[in-house]
Amino acid sequence: MHTGRETYLDWNATAPLRPEAAAAVSEALASWGNPSSVHRRGRVARRIIERAREEIAGLLGGVDPRGVVFVSGGTEANNLALLGTDRERVLVSAVEHDSVRQVLPTAETIPVDRDGVVALDALDRLLAADPRPALVSVMFANNETGVIQPVGEIASLARRYGALFHCDAVQAAGRLALDTGAIGADLISLSAHKLGGPPAVGALVVTGDLDLASLLRGGGQERGRRAGTENVPGIAGFAAAAKAAVEEIAAYDRVRVLRASLEAEIAVAAPEAVIYGTGVMRLPNTSAIAMPGVAAETQVIALDLDGVMVSAGAACSSGKVGPSHVLAAMGVDAALAASTIRVSLGGSSSETDIAHFLHAWTALRRRHRGFSERARAA
Amino acid sequence: MSPRQLSRTAANTPPIYLDNQSTTRIDPRVLEAMLPYLTDDYGNPHSSSHAYGRNAAAAIEQARREIAALIHADPREIVFTSGATEANNLAIKGAAHFARTYSQSGHSRGHIIALQTEHKCVLESCKELEREGFSVTYMPVEPSGLVSLAALEAAISARTLLVSVMAAHNEIGVIQPLAEIGALCRSNGVLFHSDAAQAFGKIPLDVEAMKIDLLSISGHKIYGPKGIGALYVQRRPRVRLLPLIDGGGQERGLRSGTLPTPLCVGLGRAAAIAGEEMAEEAERLRRLSDGLLRNLARRLSGLRLNGDAERRLTGSLNLTLSGIPAQALIEACPSIAISTGSACTSASVEPSYVLRALGLSDELANASIRLGLGRFTTAAEVEFAADALAAAASGLTGRDGTPT
Repeated sequence: MHTGRETYLDWNATAPLRPEAAAAVSEALASWGNPSSVHRRGRVARRIIERAREEIAGLLGGVDPRGVVFVSGGTEANNLALLGTDRERVLVSAVEHDSVRQVLPTAETIPVDRDGVVALDALDRLLAADPRPALVSVMFANNETGVIQPVGEIASLARRYGALFHCDAVQAAGRLALDTGAIGADLISLSAHKLGGPPAVGALVVTGDLDLASLLRGGGQERGRRAGTENVPGIAGFAAAAKAAVEEIAAYDRVRVLRASLEAEIAVAAPEAVIYGTGVMRLPNTSAIAMPGVAAETQVIALDLDGVMVSAGAACSSGKVGPSHVLAAMGVDAALAASTIRVSLGGSSSETDIAHFLHAWTALRRRHRGFSERARAA
Repeated sequence: MSPRQLSRTAANTPPIYLDNQSTTRIDPRVLEAMLPYLTDDYGNPHSSSHAYGRNAAAAIEQARREIAALIHADPREIVFTSGATEANNLAIKGAAHFARTYSQSGHSRGHIIALQTEHKCVLESCKELEREGFSVTYMPVEPSGLVSLAALEAAISARTLLVSVMAAHNEIGVIQPLAEIGALCRSNGVLFHSDAAQAFGKIPLDVEAMKIDLLSISGHKIYGPKGIGALYVQRRPRVRLLPLIDGGGQERGLRSGTLPTPLCVGLGRAAAIAGEEMAEEAERLRRLSDGLLRNLARRLSGLRLNGDAERRLTGSLNLTLSGIPAQALIEACPSIAISTGSACTSASVEPSYVLRALGLSDELANASIRLGLGRFTTAAEVEFAADALAAAASGLTGRDGTPT
């Protein structure tokens, strides 16, 4: 029964705008100059961008702010990393986001194990088999399952073979304390709206000396690495959200506890349910849960009617039908994969949210089991 | 007016903004339309399975209709991008890459025509294609800044894939004969792309009547937000492009990435307002800029207007003050925000390539300034700016108006 309460558990799709970010966006909208203009209005806008670069560097535990290239979002950051480095070989893990996986038809796939973790020995063999200069692209944490990759070890392997390492940290940033040194990546993708900033802004962070060919050509903004008038309010909001995310990173300890109770309740209430990646390191906020026999779309719609918002996988493809490539790469049976939903929490998620979800989810399960049993009896 | 009155440079007085080609102040009505989607309705528009996502998607479709209506297009022909730079890159490189990938061998159209006066992002996209093996003709323009239709016709060959001509110019404001160019292109089976970053919302555009296949749009040039633009891509007959940014499949596969609901809504509202107020605003700006030009011409000898005097955006003036270095003039007028030309290159000391293409010498090009009046420019501000410019110019040339 719908109580009128709305529970948002789709933070991996997008997060609500943080108040600090909203304030920064509004303020920057008021100082509306073109950052490339030489006059005072232009200079004010320029300062906003340069200060923002420092906040974004802080999100990664401190990198050279000059390496921060502002782009229109995570998708563009990933495209720029793969295309702008112009490597002869590109190796991407089987569980990457489509904005990595689908960019280059010639990209080779690095397999993952049953938990969705990159198979390091397979990566080693792939790199050893072909001496051409390569780029390895592996995400920090998966958007559908939350599973965290051994990025430090991947970085070492890449370095040993002279390959560049790109890490899509879109889902991890703001949810885990990140340290560029530990990630060891040459390129890191970030998105503002996943961590409480505004949409349509992100960054590709270049940690070392690396030439990057611009995807968009034109006015030479961002040191020639990304043309186009900068989205100043978006960048200001991104910076404010990044700063708040770093300060409030401890909120995710609480989120981790909430998720643990959610998953424990599911295990008790529904022994047949499957939760992916529980045996390996995961983001503290993500749970990929299968309710066998009930299509994910059915679950999502039923939960929505009860006021609970979750998704059936990645948002960009949630309007389409088709199995999750992530679960397929993990060797999950297609029928089980088709009954898997993604529940993703955020900094302001509460025990009431979890109770609301569990109430709606178990009610849905009961209805379906009752129906199945009646069908069997008939 | 005394020098004291002219000193509007106190830190708390913002300079009079006459650089509206560079960017514009966001209209409060646009901001008001955007705000709910920044804070309350924060759903990912691609999360079609829940209510927040659906509200966002509906708002985006409304914006698409508002943008399409302003150019007589179908909403399905509007592809959101991060701005006009991306739209121009997508139009030119996307069309070229599609032609190269999918043409039958031997029938490949590998030739592109762009004016020498196009925006940097068009020229740089063309240069990138040249490095990939395409051939590009950079067409000279008339001293007025207008394209020569006869020369364009002569430049088109059986191999020509696309012609790119800016609708209204960012530095000199001239409006090109779009319908004539469109007819010429269509009759030769050539795609016509127009960068309308400056024209959209300011002059009537009709993609059907003008036979425009691809048209680039910017948000922040029309009192909308930065970080958003659009590309019109004709559906019938269908213009095919390869995407620049891939993965996720949004915007019918032409532009992947989560759509920014507040920015799309802002662009839609900005387009709607511009459409409603277009005729009246164009006339108001014509009166203001004509007055400004007359006022300055009376007080400064040897003043010349660059670009066609008739076929130009009202509100846009590019002026050469012979013998007065533009940089010095701008520095002498801290109370008004103006530029020497395109903001992208305004930190550069090179003379404007646009003015050079009009036939100006380096010296004259370096003595040129760009004034851009806009929606929030008042008659009093224009008066003040005229006084400030005239005073600064005479300070730089000596009391009698002749260069020192």
